[in-house]
Formats: sequence, C-alpha cells, structure tokens
Amino acid sequence: MAVLLDSNTRLIVQGLTGREGTFHAKAAAAYHTAVVGGVTPGKGGTIHEGWPVFNTVADAVRETGANASVIFVPPPFAADAIMEAADAAVALVVCITEGIPVVDMLRAMTFLKDHPGTRLIGPNCPGIISPGKGKAGIIPANIVKEGRIGIVSKSGTLTYEAIDQLSRRGLGQSTCIGIGGDPLIGTTHIDALQLFQDDPETDAIIMIGEIGGSAEEEAAAWIQQHFTKPIVAFIAGQTAPPGRRMGHAGAIIAGGKGTAAEKMAALIAAGVTVVKSPADMGESLVAALGAR
Amino acid sequence: MKIHEYQAKAILKAHGVPVPQGEVAFSAQEVSDIARRLGGGVCVVKAQIHTGGRGKAGGVKVVKSADDAEAYAKTLLGRPLVTYQTGPEGQMVSRLLVEQGLGIDRELYLGLVVDRSTQRIVLMVSREGGVEIEEVAATHPEKIHKVFINPAVGLQPFQAQQMAFAVGLTGDAVKKGVRMMMALYQAFIATDASILEINPLIVTRDGDLLALDAKMNFDDNALYRHQDIRDLRDLSEEDPLEVEASKFSLNYIRLDGNIGCMVNGAGLAMATMDIIKLSGGQPANFLDVGGGANAEQIKNAFRILMSDTNVKAVLINIFGGILRCDVLAQGVIAAVRDLGVPVPIVIRMKGTNVEEGKRLLAESGLNFTTADTMGEAATSVVGLAGGTK
Repeated sequence: MAVLLDSNTRLIVQGLTGREGTFHAKAAAAYHTAVVGGVTPGKGGTIHEGWPVFNTVADAVRETGANASVIFVPPPFAADAIMEAADAAVALVVCITEGIPVVDMLRAMTFLKDHPGTRLIGPNCPGIISPGKGKAGIIPANIVKEGRIGIVSKSGTLTYEAIDQLSRRGLGQSTCIGIGGDPLIGTTHIDALQLFQDDPETDAIIMIGEIGGSAEEEAAAWIQQHFTKPIVAFIAGQTAPPGRRMGHAGAIIAGGKGTAAEKMAALIAAGVTVVKSPADMGESLVAALGAR
Repeated sequence: MKIHEYQAKAILKAHGVPVPQGEVAFSAQEVSDIARRLGGGVCVVKAQIHTGGRGKAGGVKVVKSADDAEAYAKTLLGRPLVTYQTGPEGQMVSRLLVEQGLGIDRELYLGLVVDRSTQRIVLMVSREGGVEIEEVAATHPEKIHKVFINPAVGLQPFQAQQMAFAVGLTGDAVKKGVRMMMALYQAFIATDASILEINPLIVTRDGDLLALDAKMNFDDNALYRHQDIRDLRDLSEEDPLEVEASKFSLNYIRLDGNIGCMVNGAGLAMATMDIIKLSGGQPANFLDVGGGANAEQIKNAFRILMSDTNVKAVLINIFGGILRCDVLAQGVIAAVRDLGVPVPIVIRMKGTNVEEGKRLLAESGLNFTTADTMGEAATSVVGLAGGTK
C-alpha cells in the first residue's frame, strides 16, 4: 500500500486542455495512473486527447467516478478550482499552480474546513508520486524507483535530488509528497508524516524543509511525540539573507524568525538526523537504516 | 512589493484611516513650501526609503519652522541614509515626507499579518508603540495582544473593541480605535497587503487617534489585480540587476560572494547556495530560472548573472524535470558564445535528456567543467573561484 495513491485512484485534471494540463495528464496516464477525464469550463462535452472534458468538477465526478483531482489552472482561478473540487467531494486535490494570492488561499482554507473529506496537497508544489503505482503532478517518473522510503518536501527540484540520491543507492521510494512552498498549504509536514507513520510499507523518511514560517519546528515537536521511524532532514536556506523572499512565496526570514538554524536545532532536539549539506541526504538515510 | 510611507498613508486615508496632514517633497524648496502650507510652525521631516530604523539614523526630525525644515532637507536629500537595515552603503534619499507636528499623549503599536499556523490574518496590538515590535515579542510577549480573523466574515467590531480595551483606550478613544481597526482591516484586504504596520499609532493630547507611521507590503502574487499599487513601485529602491531579472520572470537576488549560481527551482537554488558555503565559498546570488525555462531565458539569466562584476566562477545546477537538460545546454552554449564569458563554469545536470545535454556541452568546444553530484560541483567551483576563504 502506498500513501494517498493506489489502484482505486481515479484522477481528473482541472485545466486538462491547457498545455501543462495536457502534458502531465499524458505523463500520469503513461505511469500506471487511471486518468478518467478533465475539467475546462466552456469545453464540456468535447473530447481532448481521448479524455472526456466536463464544464464542472461535479459533472466530472458524477460521470467518471473520479476521487482525485490535479489542478493546473492559472493563479487567478486556482483557489476557486480547489473549492470547486472540495464541493464535489473529491477526496484528494493536488494543486500544482504557483502564484495564488494569499487572500484567496485564506478563503479556500476556510472553505476546506467545512469539507473534511477533502485533502489538499499544495498549492505551489510538484504533487505526489507512488513509484510503480501512479502519480498526480509533475514529478518525473523516470527518476523514481519502487521501494520503502517516504519523502516529504516543500521544494520541487530538491525533492528530485533526494529521490536521485536514494535511487542511486538502491533505495526506492514508497511515496514522494511535495507539500509546496507557499505560506498557506493544505497538507503540512506533520500531516504527511502521520500518513507515513501509519503506512506499513514505509520504513524511513527524508524530510525537506526551508526557511520561513514555523512548520518545521511544529513538525519537530510532533515527531518527538508520535514518530517512530528513522528520519533524515535537510533545511534549505542556511545562507539566505533575512527579509528577502527566496523564490517561494513562503521562503522568507521575517523579523528574525523562520531561520534554517532554528529549524535545524528544533529537529536535532527531536532526535532527527539533520544534514547540513543537501548532498548528504541519501547517504545519511542509508546510515540511519543501518543503525536501526 | 514595498512602498513608501507617504504612499501607504495615502492608501490608508482613502480607506478612512486618520493620518497626519502632510505632503511628499522631492526638493528642499518643496519641503519649505509644504511646511508653510502646514502653518509654518512645528513640523516633521521624514526620509522616504524602503527600510526601517530611519528615526535612529537621523532620517526623521522634528523642526520648529519652514526654514529649519528646508535646512534639514538639504542635509538629507541626495545622500545615502545608513540604518541598521540598509547595510553600510545606505539607501539614497530622494523623497521626503513633510507632516504637521502633533502633541502626542501615547504611542501604541498595531500590525496586521498573515499567520501561517492558524491560516488566519492576525491583528496585533501593544501598548509598547514606537519601538521594534520584534524586541517586545522577544522580551515581553505578554504585552502583545492578538486576535485571529475569520476571512469569511472579516474583522468583527467586538474583536476590535477587545483590542482597544487591551491597549488601555477609554471613553471616546475606544470608538475611534474600533473604527480605525475596521478601516485598517478593510485596507489590508482591499489591497492584498501582506504586512500592514502602524508603529506608532498615536493618541494625541486632544484624544485623537492617528497613524503616525505606516508600513505596507503587498502580496506579489496578487499584484496582477492592482494596477494602482504596481504604479507605486519605486525602482530606485531596488537592485538594478534584480529589476532586470524580474522582466524575464527570473527570481534573482544579489548577494555579496563571488560564485554565481544558476539553478532551477527555489529549494534547490537555496540548497546550492548552502553547499557552496559549506564547501568554503561564497554565493554571489540566488537565481531560480524556474521549471519551464527556455534557451532564451537561460541566456538572459546568464547575462544578468555575469553583470555582477564580483563573479569569479559560475555553478550551474539543474535537475531536469520539465526543463530538459539539452535545452539548458543549448541556452548556456549560446550565452557563452554571445557574451564571451571570461570566468570558469561548472555544470552539474541531472534528469530529463541529460545524455543529450552532456553531448552538446562536450561537442561545443567550450571549456566547461562538468560534475555528477552537487558535492563535486561545489568543491570544483570553489576551487576555480580562488579557493576557500
């Protein structure tokens, strides 16, 4: 069993008819994923690349039995797309879109509280992949390997780096979850760690955080109480200057808070193996597994 | 995006927030004229730059007359002001805000920011106005009162009233405080602000409440729907290379090291800076070319990177997912041929079409150093930049 995605997953793509939506729908379908249709308002009733297109998520769910959605719609409409998927009772919503206004996400997160059956991943994330089982998002399938290591990360390409370091050492992955680099996200480090803790097919974790906010510190406190598997962590932005937004909307040291040093100290105090160098994630995980 | 104090006050005033009378000036003569229009008596001259700490650095001064205002303006305009936030080179002063002088009874603090943990906007108030709020938060957190706002209904009057009482307002001032807080919240939401800070919010000896200072930052992701706010951008406050990079949708931040880096993805870009530092070098910049960069963007990125004359070596670290390594290689080769890059370049590529990318680099006849891992790449580039320091 993998986390979040399995053989029962029926995926729709919101924004299927766009360039990104089309490209990644094909990539998901080519990688064991049951892509069952798409949503583009105004194009309902048409067929795109062999998939039925619907005007609304509710129509798509009714006609295809979809239970998961991946969102590739432009930032001005993305928060609305998230709420529409939740309203249609889609259980797993993965929002790839980068650049959603914070005020829009504040409203969407409030809306989601009334829809506890929906889990949001992202936004501003690479999505999820369960090697050998399926994917929802943009993580390239050609670098992953089936196995028993979980990855949870705020960053896209740094996740690929972690996957590559593991795969090169013969360690495959159970599921890789990109939770996103925005200040407001649906699934936090803690949420993802809980999923891995409960997954009998995940033996150990790589956790990747970055500067900004206090999610890593909160995760550290939670790990100390609840997490029993080996965990290696890296925090990006040890050399980032304060007060500057480092690419991701959430990656900013504000008022002296949210530094890498604080996060690393909190994780070390919680018993996590913290690597200073991003090149050491794979090797440290091998060591952590050996030490069990 | 940041704006000046006088611009923030104009926005707040339009939303019904009381602010002192005043105008912006670009010359000492204008300062004198404005001071006379304000009555010619006591007034305040305030340097308008996008950083804090202006008061302690001599950028804010209460003067007794229009002549004094003009004389002080001459000492500020056209010179850099060095505050604890600007760095040693300071920030050039070219605009001054001239405001009426006010009799201050109390100085309070008020701030609105997005709290990530609760996923709510939080309104914070404190009796400790006029000082750094981070300092208050560190030493006396109990002196900061907070209320978390449900975005579906917005700030409610009872919440504003709780905050008004918490900072010790009484009588008429409570009503004025509630009205002001409601207006500030409206301004925050209407403009897609990310930070709105009034420090100090003053109670005058006449019992009026005013925003004596105002800091507003805006959510970059929402600027597309606020042309009026985009128009307030002051490019002279920003690094010219960062301004240039933003034209090509490149995330570039200039730092003070000598190893230029070009990376795809913000997390990997930060991690690349980190590993350069760990290997004994100093990154010259943060540069995220994004997930879908094309050859033209790579070329522009290279040009901007190389405009920083401190750069002694370059590290390119790309993990190709959607961005293909062959496209990257083409862009880099074209850029190096066109720009005649005079410094060593280390390239580390992984992922999609990496073999094709490596072949293009090898056959280009240009002198690239390639590396397989981030560790190797960092060690190599630090050596080429002149070793560790």
